[in-house]
Amino acid sequence: MAAQHTASTLTPLEPVFRAVVRTVVPNSAGLDERGWRELEALVNESLLGRPKTLRRRLRLFVRLVQWLPVFRYALTFTSLDNRRRTAFLTSLQRSRIRLVRVGFWGLRTLAFLGYYGRIGAAEAIGYRPDPRGWQAER
Amino acid sequence: MIERDYDIVIIGSGAGGGTVAQELAPLCREGVRIAVLEKGPRFRDEEFTGREVEMAQALYEDGGGFLTADGSMTLAMGCGYGGSTIVYTGTSLLATRRVIERWGVPGLDFVDIERRSQKFMEQNNVHFLERELINDNNQLFVDGCRRLGYRVEQFPINVKGCLGSSLCNLGCPNQAKQGTNRVQLPQAERAGVEVVTRCEVVRLERQVVKARIHPAPPGGKGEPAPWEPGDYRIRAKVVIVCAGAVNSPALLLRSRLPAALPRLGHGFTCHPALILVGEHPGAITNFVGHPKSYYLDQFVESDGFVLETCMYFPFTTAKSLSGFGDPHESLMRAFPRLQMILVLACDHVEARNRVTTDLRGRPIVHYTFTPAVRRALAQGSLASARIFFAAGARRVHLPAARNPVVEAAAADRLEQFIDEDLFRPGSVTVSAAHLQGGCGMGLTARDSVTDSYGRVHGVPWLFVADASLFPDSIEINPYLTIMALADRVAQRIRQDARNLLN
Repeated sequence: MAAQHTASTLTPLEPVFRAVVRTVVPNSAGLDERGWRELEALVNESLLGRPKTLRRRLRLFVRLVQWLPVFRYALTFTSLDNRRRTAFLTSLQRSRIRLVRVGFWGLRTLAFLGYYGRIGAAEAIGYRPDPRGWQAER
Repeated sequence: MIERDYDIVIIGSGAGGGTVAQELAPLCREGVRIAVLEKGPRFRDEEFTGREVEMAQALYEDGGGFLTADGSMTLAMGCGYGGSTIVYTGTSLLATRRVIERWGVPGLDFVDIERRSQKFMEQNNVHFLERELINDNNQLFVDGCRRLGYRVEQFPINVKGCLGSSLCNLGCPNQAKQGTNRVQLPQAERAGVEVVTRCEVVRLERQVVKARIHPAPPGGKGEPAPWEPGDYRIRAKVVIVCAGAVNSPALLLRSRLPAALPRLGHGFTCHPALILVGEHPGAITNFVGHPKSYYLDQFVESDGFVLETCMYFPFTTAKSLSGFGDPHESLMRAFPRLQMILVLACDHVEARNRVTTDLRGRPIVHYTFTPAVRRALAQGSLASARIFFAAGARRVHLPAARNPVVEAAAADRLEQFIDEDLFRPGSVTVSAAHLQGGCGMGLTARDSVTDSYGRVHGVPWLFVADASLFPDSIEINPYLTIMALADRVAQRIRQDARNLLN
């Protein structure tokens, strides 16, 4: 069931979403295909119980991210180099339009959820909690 | 539609529902049938893994990402046997006389709240954590505050056998927190109260609860519901709504109540909160030890904010930091060196901040940051930054700054960095976990939804017993006050049992 949902929510926009994640979390460039699948599974799992309208708005916003740069750079988002991708996403983050800011905030949150929600990523930044707490520390 | 009959139905099993269940449980000896209906599942002890996303999905509504209508804030609501007491840190503060008197609810006085709160402090093993169990993240807050002359105080907490996993907000893996899932609900069940999990209440009709039992999803956490999945019509002589400050007003709004309640859904407050981090030169103990041991409330009256120690998890931290890319990643890589402080704004009732429902009866929370809240978050951020630097941090992250990372060399001109205009939807991550109001107490239906004992005006069989009763912000962590109010509700029902149940 989760796999079907994955297909309907982000799969058609996978290259754009991955390009956003690479810009938001540069370390994600080091992910192999398995890592990306893990990241995307976390994102889709989190979208599973959310309203259909929210998922529809997310897909629409990802499409906007792909096509809006055409007006400024004559290139789609996935065709931009890293510097321009960063500049474009910064403009979304600072937009005067509330819906654009909130849309980017949501996309950025999903990128962080997918990347830092993985146990491997948490361990890589030195976060290694142990249910045994002080007993494990001492 | 499957039919069931009870004398008393309690909707929700958190600080309010769990307390009411325990306090009414002695009636079971007299043959009174009591059921608690809980939307979430009952979790097995071994299911608390401490893995951030997995546990957030299991324990919080919308995985902890319930958004306000304009997307300005996320609201955290625990969902499961024990409600939000599964995911709190167990910090146990008494309401202040000043706040209870400001509420001005006829029939409700501070001494009564204090007495009842103390009963639950004793029941829940509330005490100060021993000095040797305080980690660096908390001690640095104390050191910074003392160097600045701030009056820092220690939180009393309700743990028993705490190992210091630091995972309180993801459900304690050692069952150390004495929430209703550990104390009040088991006690109620031993006395004969039934707890029905995975039971979503659809709406209320006259002394009838329409509910749906959901099947356990394959591979998901939690025990199956004790009842067969399906739609239920549950008759009850008394109904007590304890579904929290978002779901209680939403349930009453979508129900056919025989009373006009113009204040229903109004008066929502939530202590909007910011997570701030400061980076120290060397590693500190932060993700081991109880995460929330100290607080600073000396600015609550003058500037409207409270500071608390805290420790969050990688994804929560990542989304709380402003920006993205290399600067963001550099702070995330410093995780073992990060000290964290939570800034809570003590918001007050505003006409536009309220709970409504959509066409399908789902809750919508309308919330706009007032200038006072923006100022409180800004002033709280400045005070936090001063504490970080006084404690030895080499740089601090201020979410509401154009350039959010401030080096120690700039510690003497912090005011220049804060931009209150950034507290707008989509710019800074603000979240809230102290959700209050929506079914406020008062004298009549013109100024409130219930009386001071939680009875809904004009509906004698219907009570509310949770944080939605608060007529304004409590300005502290709310669970003890919720329990004290729920205790009052239970007392009133016991006193009126002859009339209510016959």
